Amino acid sequence: MLRYVLKRLLMMIPILLAVAILIFTLMNFVPGDPARIALSQNAVITEADLAAKRAEFGLDQPFFTRLISFLEGAFFHLDFGVSYTYSTPVTSLLATRFPITLMLAFLCTLTMVVLGIPAGVSAAVHAGKAGDRISMFITLLFNSMPNFWLGLMLVLFFSLELKLLPSTGIGSPAHFVLPVICGSLSGVASIARQTRASMLEVIRSDFVTTARSKGISERKAIYGHALPNALIPVITVCGQQFGHMLGGISVIEMLFSIPGIGSFLITSINQRDYPSVQGCVIYIAVTFSLMMLITDLIYAFVDPRIKSNYFVQRKKKEKT
Amino acid sequence: MTGKKKKEAAVENTREVKSLRPGSLAYVWRRISHDPGAMAGMIIIALIIILSILSPYIIKYDYSTMDLANKCAAPSWEHPFGCDEMGRDILVRVLYGARYTLSIGVLSTAMAIVIGVIIGAIAGYFGGIADTLLMRALDVIQAFPQMLMAMLLAAVFGTGLDKCILALGISGIAGYARMTRANILKIRNSEYIEASVSIKCSTPRIIWKHILPNSLSPLIVSAAMGIASSGLAASALSFIGLGIQAPKPEWGAMLSSARNYIRGNPHMVIFPGLFIMITVISFNLIGDALRDALDPKLKD
Repeated sequence: MLRYVLKRLLMMIPILLAVAILIFTLMNFVPGDPARIALSQNAVITEADLAAKRAEFGLDQPFFTRLISFLEGAFFHLDFGVSYTYSTPVTSLLATRFPITLMLAFLCTLTMVVLGIPAGVSAAVHAGKAGDRISMFITLLFNSMPNFWLGLMLVLFFSLELKLLPSTGIGSPAHFVLPVICGSLSGVASIARQTRASMLEVIRSDFVTTARSKGISERKAIYGHALPNALIPVITVCGQQFGHMLGGISVIEMLFSIPGIGSFLITSINQRDYPSVQGCVIYIAVTFSLMMLITDLIYAFVDPRIKSNYFVQRKKKEKT
Repeated sequence: MTGKKKKEAAVENTREVKSLRPGSLAYVWRRISHDPGAMAGMIIIALIIILSILSPYIIKYDYSTMDLANKCAAPSWEHPFGCDEMGRDILVRVLYGARYTLSIGVLSTAMAIVIGVIIGAIAGYFGGIADTLLMRALDVIQAFPQMLMAMLLAAVFGTGLDKCILALGISGIAGYARMTRANILKIRNSEYIEASVSIKCSTPRIIWKHILPNSLSPLIVSAAMGIASSGLAASALSFIGLGIQAPKPEWGAMLSSARNYIRGNPHMVIFPGLFIMITVISFNLIGDALRDALDPKLKD
């Protein structure tokens, strides 16, 4: 198992290297001159000012020189350069913002799993009844709602009408309620739908009937026997939804004025602050890849067939 | 209709469905046309398309004419959805905006599928170095979330309809390529492919005539879902200012500028979002019905 994790971690290195090259190259093609944008507060911009600013940013160097020095900095010193807008190292800018995003992502994922799986199970158990149909329609609604619109509606209702929850900023736990609802509802819906579908397949199978005929409680038959066997596709969807949420987190952070990595990414794109954009994207790519690794490990944890695969391989190797 | 009659009609329908060959076009159509959700979805989309085309002729307002006397006017008989911060009629803007969402959704999905299927078919059928290279490239593209990829590409290409389609299309390629590759790997080892190889079918013919038709059904389902999700992504891109920009009546862009007026003028925020949701639901309903109709596991 440890060997597998190490192998996967090592495989991440070339992928991240390629991601870094890709993102650096993409940024090189973004229209707009960062030097001009950085100087936009000045009343008069002279050519000399622009040239000086470009030299300060290192933009007067040829593309490959900049690429090599960026890769060297990022991979050997964890240094993504100096932000054009803030004139401070990107790493320190990200250090305050990243934990906030991570917290938000964690809370959203937790909500998705904790609400989505039980909802799907109970819909499957009551399949075909009114409750099942209503809950499936509600999940369809959540799935089709743009998350920023949902956020606006939540703000409208809970902050402006009822004055219950704060609509922007961070600080207290109450500040996280609306963003987490907004970020997780479509995930809750997808997970509930997948759980229902795969539970329906499993619930009719022979081993569940056997378990019931042995006289164990219905609860135990559902949660002890059926659910673990239905979980594999659900975990896949959980992983997908995590990625989906991480991609949409910029919009949520922007909407609720949360100073996380996502809203920072959008402002950096608009400011043509290349080092910050590169830093944000690499942080997100690392988080995403680690989460995919964790998803694969959860497969092994849940499904004894996959787990035994690892052990069998190891035993085979020991024998030879 | 009484309950008994209804039941008889349902039995009649299943009998009719069973007499058709599963997988045939008639079978799929029959199943979909008896799915109330899918029919509702198709009718709604047809209505939105027709209204969007006809809106300049049936509504007396223009989507870009400003009328400062009606600034932020609440819904009334004159303006059923109210007016926005420039006094433009929101109903006509919302109807016109359907053109953006639908064309971005359909065209970007089509682009992603065409390129994705070609890449996936090459990787899956030929295997070897081509497969390894293409799959490693996809690994890199899929190392960050699809929406993030779309944002970055939109930043590179700039704003506008064609660029938005390009950004969303490219970011969707990887998913379809992977799906096609997996399908083809499954089909490639089947006996009928061996048979066509043994009678010396040319490779393009095998891929085109035998493999693709057999791997089509999951593609069709995810195309319907793909239109829904790229419509959503397009509105999100416009909302953060990277898709289609403000004076154009794209739904996300409308929401983005209406956002500052949410206090006191909620109607400006409610209607564009409602239309995004209705459109996306319709495509999802059609996708669900297609999956039920095409999925061999659910055939009876």
